[in-house]
Amino acid sequence: MLGYAIRRVLGAIPTILVLIIASFFLMHLAPGGPFTSERPLPPEVLANIEARYGLDQPLWKQLWDYLCNIVLRFDFGPSFVFKDRDVSDIISQGLPITLTYGLLSFFVATLIGVALGVAAAIRHNTWLDYLAVSLGVFAQALPNFIMGPILILIFTLWLGWLPGGGWNGGHWPYLIMPVIALSTSYMGSISRITRSAMLEVLNSNFIRTARAKGLSEAKIIWRHALKPTLLPVISYLGPVFVYVVTGSVFVDIYFSTGGLGKYFVSAALTRDYSVLLGITILYGVLTVVVNLLTDLAYAWLDPKIRFQ
Amino acid sequence: MFGRSKKAQAIAEDFTEYSLVRGRSLSRDALDRFLQNKAALFCVFFMVLMILFVLIGPAFAKWNNEEIDWNILGDIAEQGAPSIQSGHYFGADELGRDLYSRTIQATGTSLMVGLIGASMALLVGTTWGVIAGYFGGRIDSVLMRIVDILYSVPITLVVILILVVAGRSFTTLFIALGAVSWLTMSRIVRAQTLALKNREFIEAARAGGVSEVMIIFRHILPNLLGVLIVYASLLVPELIFAESFISFLGLGLSEPHTSLGALISEGAGTMGYGTLWQLLFPLFFYVAITFTLYFIGDGLRDALDPKDR
Amino acid sequence: MKSFRLLCLLAVVCNFLNFGVAAANGHIPADVKLADDQTFTYRMLDEFTSVDPQIVEDVSGSEVVRDLFEGLMNQAADGQLVPGVATGYEVNDDNTVYTFMLRDNAKWSNGDQVTAHDFVFAWQRAADPELASPYQWFVELMSIENAAAIIKGEQPVDTLGVKALDDQTFEVTLSAPLPYFPQMTTHSTTFPAPQKVIEQHGDEWTKTENIVSNGAYVLTEHLPNERSVRERNPMYWDNANTTLDKTVALVINDENVALTRYLAGELDRTEVPAGQFPRLKKEYPQEAISFPRLCNYYYTFNLSDSGPAAFKDVRVRKALALSIDRKILTEKVLAGGQPEAYTFTPAAVAGFAPPAVEMAGMSQADRDAKAKQLLEEAGFGPDKPLSFEMMYNTSEAHKKIAVAMSQMWKQKLGAEITLANMEWKVFLETRGSQGFELARGAWCGDYNEASTFLDLLDSESGYNDGKYNNAELDALLDEAKSSSDTSVLYTKVEEIFADEMPMIPVYHYAGVYMMDSDVGNWPVDNVQQNWYSKDLYKIAE
Repeated sequence: MLGYAIRRVLGAIPTILVLIIASFFLMHLAPGGPFTSERPLPPEVLANIEARYGLDQPLWKQLWDYLCNIVLRFDFGPSFVFKDRDVSDIISQGLPITLTYGLLSFFVATLIGVALGVAAAIRHNTWLDYLAVSLGVFAQALPNFIMGPILILIFTLWLGWLPGGGWNGGHWPYLIMPVIALSTSYMGSISRITRSAMLEVLNSNFIRTARAKGLSEAKIIWRHALKPTLLPVISYLGPVFVYVVTGSVFVDIYFSTGGLGKYFVSAALTRDYSVLLGITILYGVLTVVVNLLTDLAYAWLDPKIRFQ
Repeated sequence: MFGRSKKAQAIAEDFTEYSLVRGRSLSRDALDRFLQNKAALFCVFFMVLMILFVLIGPAFAKWNNEEIDWNILGDIAEQGAPSIQSGHYFGADELGRDLYSRTIQATGTSLMVGLIGASMALLVGTTWGVIAGYFGGRIDSVLMRIVDILYSVPITLVVILILVVAGRSFTTLFIALGAVSWLTMSRIVRAQTLALKNREFIEAARAGGVSEVMIIFRHILPNLLGVLIVYASLLVPELIFAESFISFLGLGLSEPHTSLGALISEGAGTMGYGTLWQLLFPLFFYVAITFTLYFIGDGLRDALDPKDR
Repeated sequence: MKSFRLLCLLAVVCNFLNFGVAAANGHIPADVKLADDQTFTYRMLDEFTSVDPQIVEDVSGSEVVRDLFEGLMNQAADGQLVPGVATGYEVNDDNTVYTFMLRDNAKWSNGDQVTAHDFVFAWQRAADPELASPYQWFVELMSIENAAAIIKGEQPVDTLGVKALDDQTFEVTLSAPLPYFPQMTTHSTTFPAPQKVIEQHGDEWTKTENIVSNGAYVLTEHLPNERSVRERNPMYWDNANTTLDKTVALVINDENVALTRYLAGELDRTEVPAGQFPRLKKEYPQEAISFPRLCNYYYTFNLSDSGPAAFKDVRVRKALALSIDRKILTEKVLAGGQPEAYTFTPAAVAGFAPPAVEMAGMSQADRDAKAKQLLEEAGFGPDKPLSFEMMYNTSEAHKKIAVAMSQMWKQKLGAEITLANMEWKVFLETRGSQGFELARGAWCGDYNEASTFLDLLDSESGYNDGKYNNAELDALLDEAKSSSDTSVLYTKVEEIFADEMPMIPVYHYAGVYMMDSDVGNWPVDNVQQNWYSKDLYKIAE
């Protein structure tokens, strides 16, 4: 299995390389550069700036230098917009924040979602089932970016219970609203997937056999039904994890958390090439790793799957 | 988001494996089963109502979607509330424009985004997947490698860059959404094509001298239809959400055109200022569309996949 | 200008007197009771790009830098020049050599003396092609000897016309006479930089653990995209007269969320979203404030070859300018006390006498009638409607203005208008390459003088995106550069502008804030909004 994992990771290197090259050219295709401003710079000043950041070189040379710097020195270059900081600074500040609230939201969404889904399936066609399904669909249908202003209005202005934003090193009162905002919609979809998977499993032959043998319902669910139920859930969790980390721009915008989502979107809009590329690479690597983990988890749950 | 959910993929895959065996009576059976699904049927009914509302609704509007009601401008919180007398059935937005007309137009836009985006994904994904799966070999590995790479590009980046490079318009929006949502489709189609192409009836057609193109159109594509319908129905709400996200980032359509996502994000911004209707009406339509589409998608899946009954 | 130095010296003397008598802060009225917690918290729209004085270019960053560093001169609450590190200056007869006398008690936060050498280092640094500061243009604008050649890389940096005659005397040689040069030394590019620290830490010197500054505050905490904190610098020469202990900037991108957090008591200051001012003023009369600022807001016609033929007709341009109901825009859409604009230069600009523009004196009904008549004369009517595209960049407020304007034109003139909103960089690129028909523009004055606005109309100006070209106007602006009575010339320029209408002035900016009533001495009279934390104080409630 270790060999398989290593092969998968090595196999991803060309993918990441092409990803860098594609993003690089796509990025330069967008009109305007990092130093396009309302007050157009005099040509001699622009020339100095471009020389400093190597933007006066032909594109292929810039790309080559960029790749060499990464491979030889693990250097992702300076930010073109935040002039006091380089890309590694930004990532090392933003990533832990994003991961903290991302992972928390991920676990909250998974735990509540699975619990809700299992409960609904066990009490199939009862009020609990209907309630769980409606809650799930509603949570899923609610666009998650409107949660920010709603939560702040309620918890900060009206109730005065929670601070309206900031990170404060991840102190818990600052975590609550971002986690609720981010986890709600995923919780909805996880509960729905769990429910339908659980229903399918409960109707299958081996569960009927178990019932016939007289095992208690709790034991059947806990020992036999849960594991196969989790298979489709796990395959959904991989992408969810990536979205939670990459799609969290609205959390950073509304709650001033300082995570990577905001950097990523604003880098695209301000043409901060190096930051954009750095985060793109990070996300690409993350996708590859998460896909690998999903497959490993799959194998662990389902012995039928073997690695080639 | 963006049609990459593995769940949809898994569901769609599940189903075709079965349908392959079932042969011709499938559609009849499926229709019967679908008609028995009350929730799905209700949702179809509701969806038809909503489409009718988009089509007929403007006839009842007193204001069009871009006219500004100068009399209430500047005092929306007091005078812009929903009312029959003023003709603003859903109230007015911050600029004194009629929210009833705007919501209708936005609902239309969002539905179109979903449908056209899904069709684009269908077209590109199917073509890509069929070519890769049917011709196999080097073509297959190159095409699928490209899909792998595109999978690891952050979607937000692609969408932002497409909208930035090509400017905003309906066309760009459809292209941007279509461009990122066909990947899963192509994977599913390829897998199905691979399974199909070595089956007896295809071999027979080939032996009978039918051209490759003909085989694809006559035999492969019709057999893919079921999986495509199911997957596309699940893709529509995801695309509607994606469009809302784009609007939230301020990269959506140009005025006076609007979408539900744009209206919702405007409404959410002003919700503390006593104009709650600006959030609630568009949000209702948004949630209703997503709700119904999910149940219709689920219903189709159940109908076409008897295993899960 | 000579008298200016006297005024400065007088201010210093006054300050001393004040100090001697009251032994308390000069800017706090006697009946004010100060709060125990002297912390000021404000909303920052977006993360600042740098706190390096020579590099910083954004407004948020400049606000921080003005607290951390102190230049030769400062601005008082009314925008007047007051001494900073310099106690005063002398100038030669042709306004080309300025000599600044530095105070001997100015210190860096590490205890070192602030000397003329620090300024020499900083100014050379600002011009250095190697540092590649975007504000090199400012050094050029200051007309310091050899600046242009150094920036082009033709001469070494040490040939810049700045000299430390001794530790306390800093001499600047200009290549052209510049009567308003001292005003320019309030700009962050000219602030001193700590040579030793920069040489020791390189690019890392602005990190909170390394930074050494000479202003009233030091940067103690910086969490990007979240918050930054600046705290009292005990080494600051005027520390005894500084009241505020701490200034906290919270980055909040969304203005509505910022307002919510203000109302929840988390902020002392935030911007008011467009249209919300009247309601807030009613509910919080003490806290909602609005005052004129030094910025204009306009739409520019593309008059270059790539522009539409219709806009080359002055009647069309005038018709469009006339038929905008600015009262509705300023009172109902923005509703934040913005003045309606009929001239390009805001009336708030010092020494500017706005001409009596015909349009300003008419009623809106008359304007509309005239607009219709002009458009008909130009050959547009129901069978041949005027049609064009108007372009603006993505923003809630710009969108509102653009939509309202297009509706006015549509309803009054029957024009067919396509709205195109673009993301900022694309917008700049398109406008800069004349790829538009009608485009939004706005300009904030670099200094409090009409030329900072009117220079945009110069055919040679790099910011003249509509490519308006009028030889007479160019000549007037040229004359103003060396004239002693500029007011008449500027008025004349505005008259030509009103006659030709190359751009449509829409409104002039106002600072529209929610400001907690316990914040004392906010410089509402400083039209450039250059504020210093050291001048503020918190009142006990």
